[in-house]
Amino acid sequence: MRTLKFLLQKEFRQIFRDPSIIRLIFMMPVIQLLILPWAADYEIKNIKLSVVDKDHSDYSRQLIAQVTSTGYFQLAVYTNSYPEALEQVESGNADLILEIPSSFEKELIKEDESTLFLAMNAIDGVKANLGSAYLQSIIQDFNKEVRIEWIQFPRFSPETQIEITSSNWFNPLMNYKYFMVPGILVILLTMIGTNLSSINIVREKEIGTIEQINVTPVKKFHFILGKLLPFWLIGLVVLTIGLFISWAAYGIVPVGSFITIYAFAALYLFAVLGLGLLISTYAQTQQQAMLLSFFIMMVFILLGGLYTSIDSMPDWAKWVTRFNPVSYFIEVMRMVVLKGSGLIDIKRHLLIMFGFAVVLNSWAIINYRKRS
Amino acid sequence: MSEQKAITTNKLTKKFGDFTAVDEISFEVNKGEIFGFLGANGAGKTTAMRMLCGLSLPTSGEATVAGLNVYKENEKIKRSIGYMSQKFSLYDDLTVKENMRFYGGIYGKSNAFIKQKTAYILDHLHLEKEANVLVKSLPLGWKQKLAFSVAVFHAPEIVFLDEPTGGVDPVTRREFWNMIYVAAAGGTTVFVTTHYMDEAEYCDRVSIMVDGRIDALDTPIRLKEKFNAASMDEVFLKLARKAARAAD
Repeated sequence: MRTLKFLLQKEFRQIFRDPSIIRLIFMMPVIQLLILPWAADYEIKNIKLSVVDKDHSDYSRQLIAQVTSTGYFQLAVYTNSYPEALEQVESGNADLILEIPSSFEKELIKEDESTLFLAMNAIDGVKANLGSAYLQSIIQDFNKEVRIEWIQFPRFSPETQIEITSSNWFNPLMNYKYFMVPGILVILLTMIGTNLSSINIVREKEIGTIEQINVTPVKKFHFILGKLLPFWLIGLVVLTIGLFISWAAYGIVPVGSFITIYAFAALYLFAVLGLGLLISTYAQTQQQAMLLSFFIMMVFILLGGLYTSIDSMPDWAKWVTRFNPVSYFIEVMRMVVLKGSGLIDIKRHLLIMFGFAVVLNSWAIINYRKRS
Repeated sequence: MSEQKAITTNKLTKKFGDFTAVDEISFEVNKGEIFGFLGANGAGKTTAMRMLCGLSLPTSGEATVAGLNVYKENEKIKRSIGYMSQKFSLYDDLTVKENMRFYGGIYGKSNAFIKQKTAYILDHLHLEKEANVLVKSLPLGWKQKLAFSVAVFHAPEIVFLDEPTGGVDPVTRREFWNMIYVAAAGGTTVFVTTHYMDEAEYCDRVSIMVDGRIDALDTPIRLKEKFNAASMDEVFLKLARKAARAAD
């Protein structure tokens, strides 16, 4: 125990003497949490729309006004030639083309139906999909208004219509920040956990001080614990800063209890620190450690359910996410922050994370050799 | 027998794949002796030393350090030895005092011992003013003297020094050797590698490694007689020139 005290004292002194670590600890959560949630937003705004109006009627103008007044669309081009509109799409000035045929109003009044043409630039698939979905729903609203205006009778519409009303549970306003911020916080903890711990030990390898430690009677277990504990505490401090920023900047207050979040984070940090440690036992230089953890982070983030839903991944990818600690923490954070889940609800996650922590740390301790 | 010996080796060998870095070396080091371990670059000195310190597992052969077996009792050996590696081994971002406190602490020394020994070393090295200065700001010669003091801080039976005076000016080298004499006079066995042949003359006994084997082992005076040489420099050149292994 006394040995551990000396090891911890040394680590803390070194950490607090390194201004870059201090900056990393305080700047990273602030910058990531203040900037990323605004950019990582699925809501598509400012879609540039080209309108080919061949009708120039009241209804066509009414429709255009309705579309542009929503705020999602910007009228980029208003023309009556389709090739001209297409040119704008090709040059990147427009994302969507809405073509209103010349007989739009006439057909709508006389024949009770009309056709609109929608063309989209599908290079950015997400934008194209959402854009056309928005536009379709606006057109449907427009359609309904027209119907009310013209078909007063019969009271019961001859065509049966199923209308769907949805209610968004746990995030009633579908605020993406509520969804993204807890996830970004998880990524933050993961990066700090793996990078700081792996680079720290590899640095001792590079300088040669690890050799000096290896000729002392210090036990592997003590040495590694001496490395883990400071970063574990730093991780919890970063989490606290992160939760504070989520509240101050986005008004996010977890519905569930902080105890649940901290309990899981404490376990989670041991797992990711173990991963960092493991990287450090394989890497010989700081560059190797950086590259390796960068690669692992990429996989973790893309297969972690932060940006894309795990449920919609192919089976093999779903299977891979089960070995990704990040996916569990993101799920837990969203469960606790949005739904108010308690310790019992995340029992399975806790058990799995305990498994991660044990396996990764044991592997690292076995792989760390005082004697080659 | 080994009770009186600080180090014994019998056909100690280390292979890295097909390459035999250390080839069946056998020697004994007496307690309290200053034992010079010489050889050209790549002769296998550092590898042999690392095996004795428990940093590297021997491929075959026997060895004891402080009467303990290097295979089974390597962690026990570590309590009895001090080690100063080729690379600078103190923490640059800790102060002089903090480094001593840290190494004293992990060897399980009491606070009183650490305090007293720290004061003693600071006084002897005339480093009182620099006690709270980060080690990185000290000149190399001071760092090396400090590293040696830290290596013997816990009063080990044997201290291993791997080219401790590399890149150090002659005056500091002289001072460094005075420190070695003081440690040896206090009963510490000193096992030292060096490339400076004037330093070899200061040793009680000297071994010269060529291509992983020990080609000569005796007192400097007798080695000079045997090889009909005026200085250790000449002895070394005569032996090292027949090395087949390219120096790195």
